[in-house]
Amino acid sequence: MSEALKELGAHIEAKRGDCVLGWDVTHDELNIDVTPANIAGFVEFLKVDPTCRFSTLIDLTGVDYPERPKRFDVVYHLLSMYQNQRVRLRASIREDEVVPSVTAVHPGANWFEREVFDMFGILFSGHPDLRRLLTDYGFRGHPLRKDFPTTGYTEVRYDEAQKRVIYEPVSLVQEYRQFDFMSPWEGADYILPGDEKEGDAT
Amino acid sequence: MDGSKFDDGSTDALSGEQEIRNFNLNFGPQHPAAHGVLRLVLELDGEIVERCDPHIGLLHRGTEKLMESRTYLQNLPYFDRLDYVAPMNQEHAWCLAIEKLTGVEVPRRAQLIRVLYSEIGRILNHLLNVTTQAMDVGALTPPLWGFEEREKLMIFYERACGARLHSAYFRPGGVHQDLPDKLIDDIEEWTLHFPQVLDDIDALLTENRIFKQRNADIGVVSEEDIQLYGFSGVMVRGSGLAWDLRRAQPYECYDEFEFQIPVGKNGDCYDRYLCRMEEMRQSTSIIRQAIVKLREATGDVMTRGKIGPPKRGEMKTSMEALIHHFKLYTEGFHVPEGEVYAAVEAPKGEFGVYLVADGTNRPYRAKLRAPGFSHLQAMEHVTRGHQLADVAAIIGTMDIVFGEVDR
Repeated sequence: MSEALKELGAHIEAKRGDCVLGWDVTHDELNIDVTPANIAGFVEFLKVDPTCRFSTLIDLTGVDYPERPKRFDVVYHLLSMYQNQRVRLRASIREDEVVPSVTAVHPGANWFEREVFDMFGILFSGHPDLRRLLTDYGFRGHPLRKDFPTTGYTEVRYDEAQKRVIYEPVSLVQEYRQFDFMSPWEGADYILPGDEKEGDAT
Repeated sequence: MDGSKFDDGSTDALSGEQEIRNFNLNFGPQHPAAHGVLRLVLELDGEIVERCDPHIGLLHRGTEKLMESRTYLQNLPYFDRLDYVAPMNQEHAWCLAIEKLTGVEVPRRAQLIRVLYSEIGRILNHLLNVTTQAMDVGALTPPLWGFEEREKLMIFYERACGARLHSAYFRPGGVHQDLPDKLIDDIEEWTLHFPQVLDDIDALLTENRIFKQRNADIGVVSEEDIQLYGFSGVMVRGSGLAWDLRRAQPYECYDEFEFQIPVGKNGDCYDRYLCRMEEMRQSTSIIRQAIVKLREATGDVMTRGKIGPPKRGEMKTSMEALIHHFKLYTEGFHVPEGEVYAAVEAPKGEFGVYLVADGTNRPYRAKLRAPGFSHLQAMEHVTRGHQLADVAAIIGTMDIVFGEVDR
């Protein structure tokens, strides 16, 4: 299984070295790091090349890494029903970067890109209809970014006096609890009172 | 109609000429044939659909965001709430993703139980889909007959895990509890009489003139459409491609089972209905095979180690086991860094989980790939040129459940 994937990875790199930044096979899955600029052409190549034939776009999503200079990963999962193989493409982009849309090659990418735009605020150039998809009409912010609070900013209720649904800032009786399950011996980085004096000892 | 009294907008006021414009219609979000909270903005030319813009997200609960702040085990019940028609199939994908990253081997009995309950889930789903589709096109009896069987199956769910719908039964590393022998016997007894019920539903629908008129040649999906729009499951098989993940990329122990993959010929709603009927028969046969194997495979149903809880009896005597149990259900297990994609053949198509782990007890990012999402976005393509009444039939045949589309 992984031998075949390695061959496939080498084949793709040989054919389209300009798009491939690197590839590896982990957990029996082929990962290819690609340059975002010519992703559309690369996906098209994967679709028509007879050894690849990745004709189905299974999934398109984003991952947010706020601490990296290239903040987002846009991840494509492709499947070939003919060759019975899968591939994952990862493109790292900066926050202000625009990714070319693959809707021309895979019309099914339409909603996936809309969702990524909605959830992460990543813009896709050449997308026919880049509106919000899952969030409310008139929603602000991009919920799946790591700096977006899980509670959100607004809440909705029906107001009996005004006879309509109204939006209000979130008010919580109790602070939303993000539990820290990590054991104190590993992971957790507690600052105890007096720790700030550490450097002053000398 | 006396046009002189009313201005219905069809006549231009200045020139007095007849003017024809398309009619915009809001279908849903509270329409019984919308199978939940779907809002379709339809543009109609007479009764012909010109444009169809689905507005989704009315059931969006932010599952993926919520999952990022919970442990792997706490996330499991969210999967029941995605496609609530066949809950365990979703859990399966999540467990497979975790097991792939941690490299855990699932005991054989647990694998068989998973197969057994996945197939029960498939029947649950297809029963609902086939019969409600019949209801969408005007037949009221099939859902009543189908739901009786669904009720029996949900009792099997209940007897295995205590809940009819939100089961949380498949756990990373196995299944929560072992099945009693009586339950296995009862499931077997059910498989013996179920084909009879299927034949009854068959007799109601398959040769029914109205059902055929409403479904045959409606919503034809070609091989090219499948590839362009990322279809999976019955939407693929109805068009003649024998693509089934259980066969093509076997997971769990599906490669040991004998089953046929039914395919359609024309790729229309009627063929997909026939595929679903046949899949139920195949699933029944898989259940029977699984029961035979289950009787032989006695043993543990949960891997005992880092990600599985210790046995109850052990906890009474061993302090380490008690500590492990406590840590497992508070802190949760840690999953090594990495990313995987695990997919199962859910009844509606390929349900996948893309899991990015950062080595802690919580997923860094989990993306749920729902089959209904891809199917629904092709609505515009499939419905264009059909009559308004066919929209209901096409929504029905796409097998859309909003729990998974909106997530």
